[in-house]
Amino acid sequence: MRSTVGAVPSSRAASPPPPAPPRRRRSYRLGRWDLSYSPYLYIAPFFVLFGIFGLFPVLYTAYVSLFDYELLSGTKEFAGLENYRELMADAQFWNAAYNTVGIFILSTVPQLVVALIIANLLNRQMRARTLLRMGILIPNITSVAAVGIIFALIFADRYGLINWLLGTVGVDPIAWRDNRYASWFAVAFMVDWRWTGYNALIYLGAMQAIPKDLYESAALDGASAWRQFWAITVPLIRPTILFTVIISTIGGFQIFTEPLMYGFGLVRGGADHQFQTLAMYIYERTFTGNAEYGYGSAMSWLLFMMIIIFALINFALVRRSVKGEQK
Amino acid sequence: MSVIRRRLRTVAVAALAAGVALGSTACSKKSEDEGSTGGGGQVKLVLQTFQNFGYDQAIKDFEAANPNIKVEHQKMGELRDFQPKLVQWLAAGSGAGDVVGLEEGVLLGYVQNHDKFANLLDLGAGELKANFPEWKWNNALTPDGKKLIGLGTDVGGLAMCYRKDLFQQAGLPTDRDEVAKRISTWPDYIALGKEFKASGKVKAAWLDSATSLMQPYVMQNSETFFFDKDNKFIGDTNPVIKQTWDLGLQMAADGLTAKAQRWSADWDAAFKNSAFATLPCPAWMTEGVIAQRSGPANAGKWDIATIPGGGGNWGGSYLAIPAQTKHPKEAYLLAKYLTSKEGHLAAFKEAGAMPSDIAGLEDPAFKDKTSDYFSGAPTGQIFGASVKNMKPVFLGAKHQQIWETIVEPQMQAAERGQISSEAAWKKAMDEARKAAS
Repeated sequence: MRSTVGAVPSSRAASPPPPAPPRRRRSYRLGRWDLSYSPYLYIAPFFVLFGIFGLFPVLYTAYVSLFDYELLSGTKEFAGLENYRELMADAQFWNAAYNTVGIFILSTVPQLVVALIIANLLNRQMRARTLLRMGILIPNITSVAAVGIIFALIFADRYGLINWLLGTVGVDPIAWRDNRYASWFAVAFMVDWRWTGYNALIYLGAMQAIPKDLYESAALDGASAWRQFWAITVPLIRPTILFTVIISTIGGFQIFTEPLMYGFGLVRGGADHQFQTLAMYIYERTFTGNAEYGYGSAMSWLLFMMIIIFALINFALVRRSVKGEQK
Repeated sequence: MSVIRRRLRTVAVAALAAGVALGSTACSKKSEDEGSTGGGGQVKLVLQTFQNFGYDQAIKDFEAANPNIKVEHQKMGELRDFQPKLVQWLAAGSGAGDVVGLEEGVLLGYVQNHDKFANLLDLGAGELKANFPEWKWNNALTPDGKKLIGLGTDVGGLAMCYRKDLFQQAGLPTDRDEVAKRISTWPDYIALGKEFKASGKVKAAWLDSATSLMQPYVMQNSETFFFDKDNKFIGDTNPVIKQTWDLGLQMAADGLTAKAQRWSADWDAAFKNSAFATLPCPAWMTEGVIAQRSGPANAGKWDIATIPGGGGNWGGSYLAIPAQTKHPKEAYLLAKYLTSKEGHLAAFKEAGAMPSDIAGLEDPAFKDKTSDYFSGAPTGQIFGASVKNMKPVFLGAKHQQIWETIVEPQMQAAERGQISSEAAWKKAMDEARKAAS
């Protein structure tokens, strides 16, 4: 025992520079840690913030959705899937889902098509090009509440601009709020007014990354401008199109302020809930009346699922149709 | 491979973005300050109100009289922004002010769930009972009479606002006493409206909307509205409600209403376009709503007469003390001062809020008030008399919700001819019954 202990210094003295190896090993280890762990450290702020403000609320919402939880009366009792069962039979919820999908389709399809056309027009040599390119983004930077108020006036039933114009050419005024589809159209119009330019600018960015020689050789082969657009531009910006479709799906399903302002601030969304969207209905049940947090959380989770499903469906649809054009 | 990865990435982005947006539902905001004790033994109180209570001067006076109390007045914007936050703060046990403003409809909901509020009777409020009209006091009292959760701020005395110039064109009397005599009952009022229309000299309708009739008419002719005194829904069996519904829609059918949806852009424009000649108006509506929407071009064309049936109330608020406060005594001092005669008159001067304090109603500062916009009408006298003439009506916790978000929209749809009166009535009652349960 003792001899072994005593032997240690002698063996250490034998090895060339005694303190050097550990230090070198430490810096080596630090270097390796730096290489393998610091990237995680650099992106950690996002994930920490996301965990606190994104993931935790989502999970907590799922937890709350299992309770009969009303803030006003203070009840909080475990209810299992009762909220979801009630939700399945809630006609107003499905009416709101119908409205949301309707407004979504009515706004997103024309919006993206028009954005694509505008982007293609702007992707040319023309005068005041930068001014025009920046100009189409202006509607997007206006406050959504202001847009809502102005369009609620334009689409007013009695003294509105559109009904007045229709009157001057002898057309009967349209019941912009009582008619379900008219109200959808007006809300979709507001959404498009704000977001078409934004999407056009994103498409334009993608189009400028397409090599010019592709168009040159297509032109040499005698392809028309239309053919070039469909056979070169659209397939090559497909990832961008997919991106805008997903983002529009997420935004479209959460539409809230536009229909709210359109209905003069009432979450009811028209006398018969003609344009009450899911977000409005969630707000109605969660933040007014009895403040039913449990039920509101269940609705939020179902909306979350619906957004994922619709995003996937849209993704598949667009991918397939755009691929078809490529051949 | 790259396509799959890209697809996964896009899906992940979608899921993340949706998750963040969804998460915001569960978030709640806490106020930075919940009334802490400042230096030098000073107590800091937080007062939270919505819209404009007109308390700037009153708070200065209160602070001068109580140098040991400092008041931070947080103006929380519109009621519909403030109310959900207050519900969260009360549930969370922190964040609410030491004194909070509650609108009448909101207060009635809290009378049923009163454990989040301090009992003002324990703080000595019993002595103030004689200062308020009985109904205003009783609204804030629990059914067993043992707990008081709010002290009255303003009230909304009712009158009939009318367009003098349109009356003249139609050959009707224009003097406000003369008009009051001709419309002393609701049948008289409707008869005068028919005369107005039959004159053929005016394009304007008689009344803005059929739903305008509901509030004053039911309040005068029934002791209950949508709920009986045990808070059971009786909207479908209370005969006065259906009677008023039919009366209003009959006026619409006779072409007496402008069919303007109240609080909509069309309603706003109808004021400017002189689309109707009369409007039952609570005190807070005169300068704040009618004068504002009609604009300077119509100044001096409006006048105010006593409402058919003599009196009534529409709206009004209370101050309450959340049980979570750390300074209930000081908070009570503040609430007591703001709802005293001095507080009421200061708020009247600043924001036109009509006092609910009986001495305040009698004070020359209120009583002798006239309105230039409304042709010099003695608003103080007319509205003051209206509040004294009114009978108490039991509204119930969910009155406002049922009226504003269910019955009125359905009645308006029927008025615009989108749905038959009977079908709209049935829908409204079915929905109201569900919301009431």
